[in-house]
Amino acid sequence: MSAVVKIEDIHKIYESGEVPVHAVRGVSLEIHQQEFVALMGASGSGKSTLMNLLGCLDRPTRGSYLLDGVDISRLDKNELADIRNKKLGFVFQGFNLLARTTAVENVELPCLYGKQRMSAKAMRERAMHCLEIVGLSNRADHMPNQLSGGQQQRVAIARALVNEPQLLLADEPTGNLDSKTSIEVMGVFQKLNDQGITIVMVTHELDVAHYCKRYLILRDGVVVRDEATLDRSIANVELAKLKQAETAAKLLGAGSTAA
Amino acid sequence: MTRKLNTVLFPALTGAVVLALWYGLHFFLSEDRRFLLPTPGAVLAALRDNAPFLARAAWNTSQGALLGFALAVFVSFTLALLLSLSPIVRASLYPYLMALQLTPLPILAPICVIWVGAGINSVALLTFAIAFFPLVVNTTQGLISTDRNLVELFRLYRASRWQQLFLLRVPSALPYFFTGLRIAATLAPIGAVVADMNAGSSAGDGGGLGFQAIIYSSQAKYPALYATAATTCLLGFVFNAVIVIVARYSLQNWHDSYERPDK
Repeated sequence: MSAVVKIEDIHKIYESGEVPVHAVRGVSLEIHQQEFVALMGASGSGKSTLMNLLGCLDRPTRGSYLLDGVDISRLDKNELADIRNKKLGFVFQGFNLLARTTAVENVELPCLYGKQRMSAKAMRERAMHCLEIVGLSNRADHMPNQLSGGQQQRVAIARALVNEPQLLLADEPTGNLDSKTSIEVMGVFQKLNDQGITIVMVTHELDVAHYCKRYLILRDGVVVRDEATLDRSIANVELAKLKQAETAAKLLGAGSTAA
Repeated sequence: MTRKLNTVLFPALTGAVVLALWYGLHFFLSEDRRFLLPTPGAVLAALRDNAPFLARAAWNTSQGALLGFALAVFVSFTLALLLSLSPIVRASLYPYLMALQLTPLPILAPICVIWVGAGINSVALLTFAIAFFPLVVNTTQGLISTDRNLVELFRLYRASRWQQLFLLRVPSALPYFFTGLRIAATLAPIGAVVADMNAGSSAGDGGGLGFQAIIYSSQAKYPALYATAATTCLLGFVFNAVIVIVARYSLQNWHDSYERPDK
């Protein structure tokens, strides 16, 4: 399998403050197609910096980064922006949907920019297809404030998919969601991953990381652990369990009131 | 249903209490001083008797107010776009915009008269001067208060500066803009009346409500003076109501401050 991400001895030093901050201190990493990686670590461990580097929002101070075979460290700002638009999809903790805008128009947003503009009809078709993937095609005309948190995040995932990215980057995508909705969203990610999409996700919740195939732990700017997830959680199974527990609780509740 | 009834009943009750106090105060005054507070009935009668004059004056004032208001909306929006560009632009322009707001209308009025002559032009210009500041300040604040995450999202996906402005910043500035609009809509009719008093012209039946008030007070027609006040209030109400309706219509689909019935 070809490597989507190939990082070699990457460093990032921020010089802006009085003391230079060495946020990432020599990380080497290969992420192949159809991997599903959780990036974990305490705050200050360098995971956000690494995520910014992966997302081409920042260039490494040292080391090389090949994204889908393209050497990122040699590109200028505009070329980086092009790469971001073409090869990457982003999902955020706060959903970041436009308020006055319907779900399907939100999904279309990334298509409005970039060099190759497509027709409105092609754009709509693609956006609808992405909403279908996340199971929200029946909510296409809803405004964000008419959607639940989980639904909003699914719209955001559809938006990340619309440019058919090589790599999906998610920064704490379940951070604003309750545990059941988190599992549902992780289910969407797992389904996408099964269909061949490579995903890297930052999280600090261990049970969320359990849905990924591989997890990395960073500490002080270096990877201290890089392992495959043992007994990985499957969202559909967990949701079924939850439903069963709820039904049981209801039955018990009904029984106790009857008695 | 009871809630709806209450929203009518209680304001009506307040009105009744005010009317009762008004009558009470009128008859409490000694007979030779009752002219100070004519009864509501006398005011209504004056309103009826002077209706043609008041209607014409209200129409003249509305024209001046509307013209000035429209000018203020247009100029302030354009200027707010400019001001939102950078803190340096704001720092260099704000003091002078403030100066315009801090100069009282009666002092600006004679200057306006020299410039564009007494009458509707001056009234419009002075209304512009008073309605302009809250609009420009609020709209600028809205344009620079866009959710940082969304700004970054637009950068992430390589939106141009124009796309960022018109797809993101302008729409999210709308609630601020309407807040400014409501303040301006309150100020505009008042400004127009004050302007009319100081820079109006009655030539060719062109006098407004401010002019009418001066005439009635010089003729000691106090009930008619009260009727003029009522007309001015009504004009302000209409201005505000239109803005509230427009704001509700433009914001109801997406802004949190307008609760949706289906939510």
